[in-house]
Amino acid sequence: MGETLSEKILAKASSQTTVMAGQFVKAQVDVAMMPDITAVLAFEAMKAIGTKKVWDSKKVVLILDHVAPPSSINSACVHKTIREFAQEQGILHLYDVNSGVCHQVLPEQGHVKPGQVVIGADSHTCTHGAFGAFATGVGSTDMGAILAKGKTWLKVPETIKVEISGRLSEYVTSKDVILRVAKEIGVSGATYMALEFHGETVADMTVSSRMTLCNMAIEMGGKTGLCEPDHKTLSWLKERTEGELSPVYADPDANYRRVLNLNVNSLEPQVACPHNVNNVKPVTELGDIKINQSFIGSCTNGRLEDLEAAHRILKGHQVHPGVRLLVVPASRGVYRAALEEGIIADLVDAGATVSNPSCAACFGGYIGILAPGERGITTSNRNFRGRQGSPEAEVYLSSAAVAAASALTGRITDPREVA
Amino acid sequence: MRVKGKAWRYGDDVNTDYIIPGRYMELTDPEEMAIHAFEDHDPGFRKGVQPGDVVVGRANFGCGSSREHAPLALKLSGVGCVLAESFARIFYRNCINIGLPALECPGIHAAVEKGHTLEVDVTGGVVRNLTTGASLRFNPLPPFMVEVLNAGGLAPYLSKAEDW
Repeated sequence: MGETLSEKILAKASSQTTVMAGQFVKAQVDVAMMPDITAVLAFEAMKAIGTKKVWDSKKVVLILDHVAPPSSINSACVHKTIREFAQEQGILHLYDVNSGVCHQVLPEQGHVKPGQVVIGADSHTCTHGAFGAFATGVGSTDMGAILAKGKTWLKVPETIKVEISGRLSEYVTSKDVILRVAKEIGVSGATYMALEFHGETVADMTVSSRMTLCNMAIEMGGKTGLCEPDHKTLSWLKERTEGELSPVYADPDANYRRVLNLNVNSLEPQVACPHNVNNVKPVTELGDIKINQSFIGSCTNGRLEDLEAAHRILKGHQVHPGVRLLVVPASRGVYRAALEEGIIADLVDAGATVSNPSCAACFGGYIGILAPGERGITTSNRNFRGRQGSPEAEVYLSSAAVAAASALTGRITDPREVA
Repeated sequence: MRVKGKAWRYGDDVNTDYIIPGRYMELTDPEEMAIHAFEDHDPGFRKGVQPGDVVVGRANFGCGSSREHAPLALKLSGVGCVLAESFARIFYRNCINIGLPALECPGIHAAVEKGHTLEVDVTGGVVRNLTTGASLRFNPLPPFMVEVLNAGGLAPYLSKAEDW
């Protein structure tokens, strides 16, 4: 019997020839990543274990992104503690408040490679499966144990194979695909499992689009989402990493828990309605839903191709007077590229508020908060009640194209309607 | 290990944003996190919760963010254990790691109303509803997790463990 991507990577990481889904392994960790809001508790856990020095300072990456720059004395203290820890531990990979969202910065700065075990103290660490790594999120105590010991115990997950075929229509993106998959699998249908994304549609996607797919595996309970590396992945990585790349592939006869076939030829833009990620409807079936805010950003859809999609719709037009459009590039690299392409100037002219690369409105931490009774559309990944501010506000999830079209009209809008 | 207290009953998909909203992620003191437990989702929780109380959920309890603030806020509020039909993966690990028993107990949601008094034998795998007289069995935790809980969490456990 063949092996899945997760089985292959976790066998190697636990120095075994083969492992099977369901087995517990102690895996060697290649990258241990912490964003600001979970790092301090991880440092405390490491010290409570009795360890004074991290196991390998070159494998630890600290990224100040969730509340960046700090918006309060508390968050400023968190950042100060992290900088002091990096100094004391000799950790060179500290990305300060000018860097961007951890899941964009980590691969952009060359920390992710195929076949690695990437553990992050953030649930959307599954994003890095887009590069063929086994990447998953843990809490701070698990991360503290990794800082101390360099390894973690994992249950080898079963895998759902998502086989995607067909061509995406204009204005339909990988976000629409993953929302459609979430509708099918449900918010806990992949709990403890990995999702492997295969098929011609995935092969046609950019690396950025595949990151969007993998990013949302956690919204179905998934432990990780993975794509097999191809020439696009490898050339993307070669520009950013040093040393050899050793991609790992699933066997054709791998044992899958379930195979989900999805043809996207007639897929329309999708929207996840309040207050669960699987409450997904085609935008054409939504009716008249007025919005107060549109947020384009986050580790799900804050990349250059997302800003380009928004730009295409908004250039030369004005955002609806009743809407606040908040645009937050996912990283400094994305920001710089969008500036060079003239995208930022045109979005500002259209009425957008452009903010510095950070998690921003995604998690209701500090900027882009919704008031009671308000409604927001967002390109991020969670629409839980209260996620972006008041529990009496409503959050809708969509692609950047839908969020931009909606900013233009003041109601949730099919981008094909305004194009 | 035994827990006795009254039940706080919630439904499906109780996410970590409900347990502690994102605006409190900048906190690092678990006592302060506890002040905001279920602040938006159940404003009565903070005032009413007593040491030993039991949080009861249905499917997919603790889904969403990896924030350990969520189980810490419950533990520091005095919650003695969390019972649910099923848990989201990261929250479940986080509970055990900080020494808060998280127990998968089929049928628990239907067998309990808010305010019922429950007695949970964590290691024995039995929960008794002292208000109704009903009792339910669940699969006890594996020995490794019991050792972690007995130590008070993964960090104190690892501080004494010889091989890891």
